[in-house]
Amino acid sequence: MTEVVAAVLADHAFAAGLSGQHIDRLAALATLIEVPAGKRFFAEDQPADRLWLISSGRVSLDLQVPGRGLLTVETLGPGDELGLSWLGPVPRWQFGAVAQLPVTALEFRSAAIQALCDRDHELGYELTRRLLGAAISRLQAARIRILDLYAAPTPSARGPR
Amino acid sequence: MTMSQRPASYRVSQRRDETHDTVTLTLEPAGAPLESFHPGQFMMLYAFGIGEIPVSVSGPAGPAGLTHTIRAVGAVSRALCAAAPGQVVGVRGPFGTSWRESDAFGQDLLVIAGGIGLAPLRPAVLAALSERVRYRRITVLIGARSPAELVFPAEYGLWRDLGARVEVTVDRADASWQGHVSVVTQLIGPAGLDPQRTLALVCGPEVMMRLTARTLLGAGMTASQIRVSLERNMQCGVGECGHCQLGPLLLCRDGPVVSYHAAAPLLSIKEL
Amino acid sequence: MSTDSESGRSAWQLPATGLARLHESLRKAGYQVIGPQVVNGAIVLRELSSADELPFGWGVTLAPGGYRLRRRDDDAAFGHAAGPGSWKQFLHPPREQLWSARRTADGGYSAAAAPRGDAKLAFIGVRPCDLRAIQIQDQVLGAPSHPDSAYASRRSSTFVVAVNCTEPGETCFCTSMGTGPQAGPGYDLLLTELTGPDHVFIVEPGSPAGEAMLAGLEPLPADPSAVQRARDGVTAAAGKMGRTMQADGLRDLLAGSHDATRWEEVASRCLTCGNCTMACPTCFCTTVEDVTDLSGDHAERWQSWASCFDLDFSYLHSGPVRSSGESRYRQWLTHKLGTWHDQFGTSGCVGCGRCIVWCPVGIDITEEVAALRAELGEPEAET
Repeated sequence: MTEVVAAVLADHAFAAGLSGQHIDRLAALATLIEVPAGKRFFAEDQPADRLWLISSGRVSLDLQVPGRGLLTVETLGPGDELGLSWLGPVPRWQFGAVAQLPVTALEFRSAAIQALCDRDHELGYELTRRLLGAAISRLQAARIRILDLYAAPTPSARGPR
Repeated sequence: MTMSQRPASYRVSQRRDETHDTVTLTLEPAGAPLESFHPGQFMMLYAFGIGEIPVSVSGPAGPAGLTHTIRAVGAVSRALCAAAPGQVVGVRGPFGTSWRESDAFGQDLLVIAGGIGLAPLRPAVLAALSERVRYRRITVLIGARSPAELVFPAEYGLWRDLGARVEVTVDRADASWQGHVSVVTQLIGPAGLDPQRTLALVCGPEVMMRLTARTLLGAGMTASQIRVSLERNMQCGVGECGHCQLGPLLLCRDGPVVSYHAAAPLLSIKEL
Repeated sequence: MSTDSESGRSAWQLPATGLARLHESLRKAGYQVIGPQVVNGAIVLRELSSADELPFGWGVTLAPGGYRLRRRDDDAAFGHAAGPGSWKQFLHPPREQLWSARRTADGGYSAAAAPRGDAKLAFIGVRPCDLRAIQIQDQVLGAPSHPDSAYASRRSSTFVVAVNCTEPGETCFCTSMGTGPQAGPGYDLLLTELTGPDHVFIVEPGSPAGEAMLAGLEPLPADPSAVQRARDGVTAAAGKMGRTMQADGLRDLLAGSHDATRWEEVASRCLTCGNCTMACPTCFCTTVEDVTDLSGDHAERWQSWASCFDLDFSYLHSGPVRSSGESRYRQWLTHKLGTWHDQFGTSGCVGCGRCIVWCPVGIDITEEVAALRAELGEPEAET
């Protein structure tokens, strides 16, 4: 089973550039899971305690907005990381997460990752870099969406027409 | 062609509301049809007494009819969006450069559209699908503001049936949306890009095109394999009025379709 | 007839009164004759009802943002440099109807071409810089790319009497741009004015139409020493330019100039008034306007001069692309001296100096180019 997990991890974009030894150490913490469509990974405001590396399927990050319903804020797919909030200032899920399509993923307990990083600083640095990279990509994409580029142009206050 | 060319009369034969502010008009010539267009080219559409705007052709090449998808953002476009079947619209053209999607024969054709940018790309998609066997893979990635603002959504299934892979994402979902929610560049990785054998056609807001091109370059493509559709203020369409300049390019003549190799250095200059 | 031994061209001469005969012949041949004359303290181009209206004895003193008439100590008719207007106002009018249309009963409309007058124009006094400017506009608006245009038809019937320059102005730099002081080909007749004890014009035909017109004036064969004096005068003029501009490699220099700090500096002075574009003989940009009458049944499309300094020139979607004055000055200069090469195959500047004279704050294009060169260095020298 561990070989399968290690193989799935080695295949994931997150592990690109990690040494074989690091992959093995990380794989030892992982569980390969299958999540049927519609099953919830976590709900908003619960303690954030896990990280998933998605291998297949699609996960919807959602938020219940009174009057507008349950809205998908972002979807994640193969190659993406799910569950970063345990790294943030408030270790609680900011959004909920549910499988939109059937998902296979590697699941990690954040406490186990943190303990591994405390023991193995080199691996810890590699993991932190990758998690930071995921957060930065997320942030950049979010900023682009805030620009609302596809919105209808509104005449500027300075324009003559 | 000169600036004094009078618009040819075309009658609206069909009208479809795409979104709350976007309309697709099908036009038939009232007299002799204009020269046929190539995907990517545009016409100048005239609303009697109000004015003229450049609008890319958004329908299939072939019969004499013209299809245009227009967003109501000013006086002329609002008048055109209000046009009813039977109404006459003035047309000049076709103008500009074309996508030349057939350059991708034997290769992958990757089409990436943002918002109403799908409209100028649609003729290229339809042309490619009509000769499906001549391409390797045809992939269409579509980004829109919200599900309600997708254009031509009823056709995506048909495009899939004809052999294209179509992925759709929105910036913000409504409660019933079951698809991707992300920036459109997120769709590129999962689509499996073969950077050596792909021609990419990109159209949408300028920032979206730059970010998309940046992602494609980062994935190993070269700038000359990427084509974008640029726009600037256009009035004459024939290279005489000077408004559509982007550095050395006159976009009515050297565009709107431009290789990213030529466009990239120009787009990076503020207020060019 | 005396043949110019260097080029084999024939040279003739006319006395000063020959101008009147030329004017009359042109009128008889149906031309509307346009030439320089003094109006309201400036030498402007206007229809001449007689050759007497030419500005005999008038010269100009030019400076950045400065223009003054002065009395010459001779009677030269063309002893002055470029005035505020150029010949483009006649070939490419400031305001022109393109077409008109009226609604028809079937919900459509019927459009008619704008009436094209059959007036043909004769220009007397086209300086070499302005002759080249006309040819530059031909490239943009005329027969090469737009053979059916109103410009092309107007241009094909225009008779050009050019005048060599023997006395450049303080702001002239045609030599730097390779456009003068000797007129290049493209004229029907070329005059070189000689003052002194005898006020004569050396006349050279440059086309069959020019030859025919000249023959009707019964000129005398040119006196060889007068021809020599004329040639010497033009040669000397090349060394008397008020300004110089190093024009080599400007296209490449300006292509890499967008981040230069000089733009901010000139923008702090530039009012974006657009005078330079109005006075410039090659600026061609226009704006299109669709209008109707009150009933809404009759529509017209008009074309009028526009300037890239206008804030809405580059309007796109929600606002102008070029909003800052800096970006608009940069657009004007990099287009005129740089991207014009990419678009039309030549420089857009002929060195007439009008933009220097008619800038209210005296921005000098030759000074700006020198400053940019100094800031950016020569492209080849970059390490």
